[in-house]
Amino acid sequence: MLFTSYGFIGFAAILFLLYYLVPKKCQWPLLLAASYLFYFFAGPEYLLYIMTTTVSVWLTGRAIQARGEKTAAYVKECGKTLTREEKKAWKEKGKRRQRRLLVLCLLLNLGILAVVKYAAFAIANANALLGAVGLERRLDVPDFVLPLGISFYTFQALGYLIDVYRGTVPAEKNLFRLGLFVSFFPQLIQGPISRFGDLGKSLYEEHPFHARTVALGLERILWGYFKKLVIADRILTAVNAIIREPEIHSGAWVLVGMLFYALELYADFTGGIDITIGIGQALGITVKENFIRPYFSKSIKEYWRRWHISMGTWFTDYIFYPISVSKPMLKLSKWSRAHLGETVGKRIPVYLSSFAVWAATGIWHGASWNFIVWGLGNWVVIMVSQELGPLYGFLRGRFPKAEGRLWFRAFQVIRTVLLMSCLRMFDCYRNVPLTFRMFGTMFTEFNWSILWDGSLLGLGLTAVDYGVLVLGLALLFAVSMVQRRGSVRERIAAYPYPVRAILWYGLFLIVLLAGAYGNGYDASQFIYNQF
Amino acid sequence: MKKRKLWKILGTAAAVVLSLALLQELLMPKYIYDITEGAMIREYYGEEKDHDVVFIGDCEVYENFSPEVLWQEYGINSYIRGSAQQLIWQSYYLLEDTLRYETPDVVVFNVLALQYDRPQSEAYNRMTLEGMRWSGSKAKSILASMTEGESFLEYVFPLLRYHSRWSELTVKDVQGMFRREQVTHNGYYMRVDVRPAENVPEGRILADYSFGDNAWTYMDKIADLCREKGIRLLLVKAPSLYPYWYPQWEEQVEEYARRRELPYLNFLELTEETGLDFSSDTYDAGLHLNLSGAEKITRYLGEYLREDMGLADRRGEEGLTEQWQEKTAAYERDRDAQYEKYGMTPQTP
Repeated sequence: MLFTSYGFIGFAAILFLLYYLVPKKCQWPLLLAASYLFYFFAGPEYLLYIMTTTVSVWLTGRAIQARGEKTAAYVKECGKTLTREEKKAWKEKGKRRQRRLLVLCLLLNLGILAVVKYAAFAIANANALLGAVGLERRLDVPDFVLPLGISFYTFQALGYLIDVYRGTVPAEKNLFRLGLFVSFFPQLIQGPISRFGDLGKSLYEEHPFHARTVALGLERILWGYFKKLVIADRILTAVNAIIREPEIHSGAWVLVGMLFYALELYADFTGGIDITIGIGQALGITVKENFIRPYFSKSIKEYWRRWHISMGTWFTDYIFYPISVSKPMLKLSKWSRAHLGETVGKRIPVYLSSFAVWAATGIWHGASWNFIVWGLGNWVVIMVSQELGPLYGFLRGRFPKAEGRLWFRAFQVIRTVLLMSCLRMFDCYRNVPLTFRMFGTMFTEFNWSILWDGSLLGLGLTAVDYGVLVLGLALLFAVSMVQRRGSVRERIAAYPYPVRAILWYGLFLIVLLAGAYGNGYDASQFIYNQF
Repeated sequence: MKKRKLWKILGTAAAVVLSLALLQELLMPKYIYDITEGAMIREYYGEEKDHDVVFIGDCEVYENFSPEVLWQEYGINSYIRGSAQQLIWQSYYLLEDTLRYETPDVVVFNVLALQYDRPQSEAYNRMTLEGMRWSGSKAKSILASMTEGESFLEYVFPLLRYHSRWSELTVKDVQGMFRREQVTHNGYYMRVDVRPAENVPEGRILADYSFGDNAWTYMDKIADLCREKGIRLLLVKAPSLYPYWYPQWEEQVEEYARRRELPYLNFLELTEETGLDFSSDTYDAGLHLNLSGAEKITRYLGEYLREDMGLADRRGEEGLTEQWQEKTAAYERDRDAQYEKYGMTPQTP
């Protein structure tokens, strides 16, 4: 059930009514039932996957906490009879058992993810390798269908488990409450990857009907549909036309496709997240923001702090830091500082940890070399920009006035957007060599006349479509500018009722009339749905 | 305070509903101007519903039979519930819909619709379904007719289907928002011009000449519904030369008619008796008949209805006669206007 389907809108509307009609204590069980119903519509056979994750994570979380409590109780009980070393040994023993439980559960759930999402990719590569070394034997490539949102709910559930292991959140006693945290339907499709500490409390609280909160939620949903239906799904036609025929669309077309895809992805993903957050808000539930105007970032590092925030922080908290402070890494750090000098030595652990994060980020997005190269591309760009830090410092010193100037900030923003757009070309084309080849054609084929000779009208978009896109993007840009000074919805909420009503009804009509939906349009899934 | 809030909500809701309703009317295709076939089904609801004969079927009924002739020459009050590419289940549900208002003596069904076993085209679906009044029959007809990608909700709220038409709006869309004038004469779509049938192509060879199970199911449902309501069902095959009517299809229909004891007239085999001349009686080279051709075969049908099915002459009924006076005037106006348009001389029967 896509967010943009009539079925989903009906489903959400019915749920909304029931949610505020049932006794408050039944609200979260109702949400759980709705989430499982939503998942059932995606494919009843997938329920088994999400249930396995939920039950295994719940049991492990409970066991980890029980082990911790048992150790603490023993140490407390025998506190006077044990020496300091004995206490430490008991605690370490307890921690080791907890770690074992954690690792087992991680292996089970990451194993499921690996099998359904990456087995085919791994076997295809193994077969290629067998061919390359001259062996005729080939392994059968399995054909698993990816359960809806498996990467999102697996990471969300494992994040909870690691937090329980670290003692930052208590293990949830009620299986069904944890079940709701893992399966909360608005974020099943494309995240965000919420933390139990952020979302959990809000999910289980009783939520009385607050007209203002509900209105703000509905407005956010509408804004999400605007981005998705008016901009993303309209521009999608042109993007597909360009990337599906690389032999025809090379040179300047690649640049057009690259920029169009950047706009599509932004409108698609942030639109989906707006709908998710809006549904949450309409139900009284706070879902954390996942974007803070990322296309206004002045560097790649800043960009990744503002784009898909929940994924970035997940990888930082659960991969980067654990690797950075792991015993082998500390040993390596010590060794490299001693043998390679302070300057090089201190960089090696950081580079390796971030390499692991970006490789994981790449492969999390999809089982293909394109995504792995994309992830590592990000790593390279971030490392290079870090290494060029002194040079930037020098230039800043030489041109101190440029720093605060609008043109310089615009240059930084455009540079970041272009860099990110270049990297995202790996999302678009079939394979890595083709992506490099197409990138190269931008500098070898000078067919810039396509920008003004009417060729753009051959991409499946009419002049009216381009008009809608330009106006839609202008509105998006204007709203983003205003957002820098605070919530636009809060601002509008301060206007008199007729003004508010006209503004929101106007936006509703824009979505209704200019949205690319219904029969005659290709129903497009949210891009992040596939991750 | 609460009262004020309530009025605010009600006022907003009313304004929204009204504006959306107007928007829907504006954006819906104005069939009366361009594709008149889409305006036919709706016309029936404005009729006095006391018909002796109701035709159901595709263009082979609404272009080939003239209720005017049946009335003028035989005193039979008839109506054609025809629409372009009307699929057999749509015919069935249109019959169900018709029977909510009246129970005619005879239902005439054109058997060409048996050729389609599955939904075909959204455009044609909409021309048949959008004009129907809402009822269980309409809902079932929509569900049975939807092609891939179509949504029931888009039939309930056509605005969702036609939302992107705003960029193609013309003055006619504004003018036609509330216009409901007639485009047919009791369901008959009149054309007087002539385009002789020459070099009619043979039908292409089919892998399987059997009509589909779904089509037969609805054929049975039509027959059963008529029997249940005490209506006599007359099967016809209009004399259109194309789409090609295969001998294998004819055999199946004859066998069915025999088995269900239904009368069946294949006008393709009655050209001599009807006097049909494809050099002058068709306006599109044999696909459909023009006025001259339609009147010829309607006369044959009128005789059949009177002689073989015993339908009475109702020309003496006062109210009916008055209604038909108006209809006849409109029929003659349309005919004369078309003769003038095509530079033709009116013909006498």
